[in-house]
Amino acid sequence: MKTVELAIVGAGPAGLCAAISAASMGSNVVIIDRCKDIGGQLIKQTHMFFGSEKQYASRRGIDIPNILLDELKQYEEKIEIITDATVLAIYEDKVMTILQGENYFKIKPEAIIVATGASERVLAFPNNDLPGIYGAGAVQTLMNVYGVKPGDRVVMVGAGNIGLIVSYQMIQAGVEIVAVLDAAPTIGGYLVHASKLARLDVPILTGHSIKEATGTESLEKIIAWKLDEKWQGIEGTEIELEVDVACISVGLTPLSELLSQAGCEMKYVPELGGVVPLIDQNLETTVNNIFVAGDVSGIEEASSAMVEGYIAGLYAGKKLGYSLLDFDELVDDYKMQLNDLRSGHHGDRIRNGINKIMRGEEKC
Amino acid sequence: MRILKHPVLNFNRGKEIEFVFNGQKMIGYEGETIAAALHASSIKILGYSPYKHRPRGFYCAIGNCAACNMIVNGEPNVRTCVTELKEGDVVETQVGKGEII
Repeated sequence: MKTVELAIVGAGPAGLCAAISAASMGSNVVIIDRCKDIGGQLIKQTHMFFGSEKQYASRRGIDIPNILLDELKQYEEKIEIITDATVLAIYEDKVMTILQGENYFKIKPEAIIVATGASERVLAFPNNDLPGIYGAGAVQTLMNVYGVKPGDRVVMVGAGNIGLIVSYQMIQAGVEIVAVLDAAPTIGGYLVHASKLARLDVPILTGHSIKEATGTESLEKIIAWKLDEKWQGIEGTEIELEVDVACISVGLTPLSELLSQAGCEMKYVPELGGVVPLIDQNLETTVNNIFVAGDVSGIEEASSAMVEGYIAGLYAGKKLGYSLLDFDELVDDYKMQLNDLRSGHHGDRIRNGINKIMRGEEKC
Repeated sequence: MRILKHPVLNFNRGKEIEFVFNGQKMIGYEGETIAAALHASSIKILGYSPYKHRPRGFYCAIGNCAACNMIVNGEPNVRTCVTELKEGDVVETQVGKGEII
């Protein structure tokens, strides 16, 4: 069985940045990803990023994997990337079992960073399993990776950033957006994204949700209705939308199963999107030498995932016995970036959530 | 259902690939998944659920949810949303859990 210093599960924004900072300290790194492409969900994000220059603001998500891969190239001899490979389990002695096609093998890392990201939530309503009802991320993959339209007429459910951005991207692909619904009384996403849709006369109906879907073999109609202040549908307010696609953008939930299975202490934290590991300020879980970065420990943006990746990589490198002259300055800078990204009203939820899982003194 | 003109992206589709879906000859492109190729040909129903036989399409398209399971070259429960299309693939709608042996 092969022994490695650091194994990183997931080659998305968090995993790639973790690899860069760990390798910069001198650590040997194996990155394992279940997809054939590097970059995780960045590969479908055609919109420009916000945040500061340090997190590649004003670059399109699709361009970031190559920027990060270029950075990784400096450490070429220290890094191995295994794609099309799924990590099946992490055992008590940190042995990791991996399936790549028909090939099953094990590695034994000294430290692990789990950066598995998140998966899309579903919304409960009658007939929500009809073909034509897709996750917003799925539609993004279909359009922006494969160049295939999801359908002709779409209703988007969820006016958070993903819902707004994907709606706009569908219009760019030549798809008609009939309406954007959101159960909340106000639009959750940034005004800049909502304005783009408003300028194109796309109605954004807040305080609305789906009552039911109809269709025999695939989606034919969405019946939406108004919600009262207790988020219950109001009879008599139904609107019928003839659509072949309903796009569900009601948030993400961490893909944290590997951490549960590895014995990390976990907690259900609604603000972070689901079941997440308890962590300390070094992003280490309750299991020695298992670190996390990105959405797996709480749903945020790709920019914070990258910063968390850098931090986890540094601390993992340190625990493996490596050092950097400017280690403290780097960590301070990254933590400041995270604080910035989580500041203000939009960051309330995430800060509350993190306070529930943070061990030790440092809370945010 | 293919996007031909896009303000941000250029789609450099690979070479054409011929495959069979439920006995019918179809065309897809190298580098795309089975589910994407089918969707491009307006095929949304990929299977039927195990007990109530309700139609199933993909949901997440990144290999998490398994709603896109189909029979590919005789093998059931293939996640077609993350499985690359290969020349001559024989793809079938899966009804229920699929026979493993």
